[in-house]
Amino acid sequence: MREVNVQEIIDITARLCMDANYYLPEDVLDTIKKAKEKEESPTAADILGQILENNRIARGEKLALCQDTGFSIFFVELGQEVQIVGGDFLEAFNEGTRRGYQEGYLRKSIVDDPVLSRVNTKDNTPCIVYTDIVPGDKVKITFCPKGGGAENMAEVKMLTAAHGIEGVKDFVVDRVKNSGGNPCPPVVVGVGIGGTFEKCAMLAKKSLLREPLGAPNPDPRFAEVEEELLERINNLGIGPMGLGGRTTALAVHVETFPCHIATMPAAVNLNCHVSRHKSAVI
Amino acid sequence: MEIKLNTPLSDDDVEKLKIGDKVLLSGVIYTGRDAAHKRLFELLKKGDPLPIDLKGAVIYYVGPAPAKPGYPIGPAGPTTSYRMDPYAPLMLSNGQKGMIGKGNIGKDVVDALKKHKGIYFVTPGGIAALIAKSVRFMEIVAYEDLGTEAIRKLQVEDFPCIVANDCHGGDLFEQGTSKYARV
Repeated sequence: MREVNVQEIIDITARLCMDANYYLPEDVLDTIKKAKEKEESPTAADILGQILENNRIARGEKLALCQDTGFSIFFVELGQEVQIVGGDFLEAFNEGTRRGYQEGYLRKSIVDDPVLSRVNTKDNTPCIVYTDIVPGDKVKITFCPKGGGAENMAEVKMLTAAHGIEGVKDFVVDRVKNSGGNPCPPVVVGVGIGGTFEKCAMLAKKSLLREPLGAPNPDPRFAEVEEELLERINNLGIGPMGLGGRTTALAVHVETFPCHIATMPAAVNLNCHVSRHKSAVI
Repeated sequence: MEIKLNTPLSDDDVEKLKIGDKVLLSGVIYTGRDAAHKRLFELLKKGDPLPIDLKGAVIYYVGPAPAKPGYPIGPAGPTTSYRMDPYAPLMLSNGQKGMIGKGNIGKDVVDALKKHKGIYFVTPGGIAALIAKSVRFMEIVAYEDLGTEAIRKLQVEDFPCIVANDCHGGDLFEQGTSKYARV
């Protein structure tokens, strides 16, 4: 067994919290630059230009790209030959979040209970950790700060086989249409199809982490669905911030999983144009 | 062309604005989002005095990030406006003239903008470091216990925004979307 000390996890997660919130990934920037060149609406092109300018400022001055530095979500691939030593595995991510958000001047956006007191916990904890046990002796940590505005536009729908792929497509397009300017378009559209109620939501969320942005689904049939959805969504005309334009989505990522003979669940999870995530391997 | 405007806003200022206008705001604006609005709303319903003067006021829907040393404010972009829709009509009927946020607002608020001569500005979300450059000074004026959701008084200079809903019933979301949609 290879030993990994929780202190290492704390140090790395604190760093990830800061870096992900300061630096927009290159693939996202490239996609925005290309969209700006093609954009027909002058207002939309201005906004895309402001997004690029904001990135230059944030990067140069080590400032958060967006004041909403999100719910702190970690996806962990824990090698089964790794033994965690020195403390509590889950608490290490909370401590990393606490430190990263404090030292990085990131906003603390978590309230202690969802409906009654709603008192801010003041350190952005607790975080959410999803752990998969995988072969090997490494620990891969992916951090995804998820802003509230885009998250509020998510939906799970328990479709059935009778809806078919056209039913799924209509559900996705309607979700983006009804979201309008709220999720900070241009958005990344994460779609999960299959599994169960919660599995398809996880597929949709995890699809937002796909690299590079806009890379097609390896199954050419679903790659075609992604392409068609992107075209239909951009034809909605919603545009950056909902003010009209040809750039409503930067990419559509579809992930699928087998499902029960009686079901066909589908989920949509949107990411704003500040599509942040960053990984590290221990 | 950009229109320069100073706060507090008058009926006259608001009536001249129409959707799509690019505005550079200067003067005092107040911050407020979900939790602060809930408290202000309760006070208004009871007829109690508010901690801020609403007359002509522009409220910016924002919860800024903490300020680094040497900065008046941290990154400070807009939050989604519809969550404040339940409170906005009463605020407008008590003198507030404008709000700055992002995303669509509901019909009740659009109607209140017409009735009370109010204006809804959008400033782009996710460009918080850039927007913060137009803030010269910040002080917390109420509800410090709410952390980022406390009400702050901001002194801004050429704060960039776009008129999304005007007092004449214009709606830039509708107009812009239909212009660029392809059926």
